[in-house]
Amino acid sequence: MAKPVKIRAKLKGEVASVKSLMPHPMETGARKDPEGNLIAAHYIETVTCEHNGEVVVVADWGPSVSKNPYFAFEILSAKAGDNVKVSWTDNLGETSSGETTLK
Amino acid sequence: MKMNRIACAALTAILACPLLAGQAVADPAQDLAAFRDLYQNRFPDIPLAAHKDGAYALDEAKREQWLEMEDFPPYEIAVDDGAELYGETFPGGGSYGECLGEGAPAVKQMYPRFDVSAGQVVTLQMALNDCRVKGGLEPLAYDGEEIAALAAYVAMESRGELIDFAIPDEPGALAAYESGKAFYYTRRGQLNFACSSCHLQNAGMMLRAERLSAAIGHATHWPVYRGKWERVGSLHRRFQECNVQVRAEALDEQSETYRNLEYFLTYMNNGMELNGPASRK
Repeated sequence: MAKPVKIRAKLKGEVASVKSLMPHPMETGARKDPEGNLIAAHYIETVTCEHNGEVVVVADWGPSVSKNPYFAFEILSAKAGDNVKVSWTDNLGETSSGETTLK
Repeated sequence: MKMNRIACAALTAILACPLLAGQAVADPAQDLAAFRDLYQNRFPDIPLAAHKDGAYALDEAKREQWLEMEDFPPYEIAVDDGAELYGETFPGGGSYGECLGEGAPAVKQMYPRFDVSAGQVVTLQMALNDCRVKGGLEPLAYDGEEIAALAAYVAMESRGELIDFAIPDEPGALAAYESGKAFYYTRRGQLNFACSSCHLQNAGMMLRAERLSAAIGHATHWPVYRGKWERVGSLHRRFQECNVQVRAEALDEQSETYRNLEYFLTYMNNGMELNGPASRK
């Protein structure tokens, strides 16, 4: 099972700055193992960020993003107690997510 | 210029040591005092303890970038993985915690140490693998991610402990120390650099776009997540990298020479706080 997204958020006035770290191998499909066989592609395709269930950021990623990606963004007009969720879907159909409550 | 002259004098004294090692002119405690004096004189405005952050103690702009990263450090994944591995019980009974003994998992400050009965320097990685073998598991590869994750977890738990040990009055221990010291000051490779050429003689200077860190503080923060590696790796892996960069041949992780080098380097960091794991470019 895929590891959960690590997420941390700081609220400053009405702006929440959200930082997330997604443990993921992000294999491009072009690398070879020591025996010379291709390592199968395995990378995140879509990242979705939600604020109280409303989608605020959608990112289309691909094989060029590095291993264990770090993704940060800001949400305007946020307040304490709001829920922030970051989730991803990869090319193998696996998904994972992480959420936090602003304070 | 006065400062430079003092630094040079201290440097000359230190560099002379290996040449005279056979005559036993300096004991480890004297080496340590000279080492600390050198950096104190070279960087009068930086407290010795601050060198635990390596090059980031010397370069304000790079420090800012690094602190920004520390908000959400990339080594956290390895620490979590390490905690999970550490929690496993061995098939033959026992666990890492029981095996590492008192204070576990905050035991990083006890390594490397000289094991008198085995007659060699024992590092944290070796102790971890020793525990596995005793518990009926296969030892982990020293260059793998699992041993690095375990070490990262132990380092995280040991944060704030001080490096505080003396070289025991044993011929073997002293020989290990001297061997590490000799390696440190010996020039090698096509470029003919010793460890000391960069981190002692030229500490604080620029090497192209990078700031050369001081050797004091080099042993406090391992294992390290290095951007270039895209994972957490050991001090020995960094030794390998340094060796290759000067076009010398890299030795194996946990080889006797590197363990002795780690022993020497850690001794030179006596009195400093452990702040591993860390992230570096």
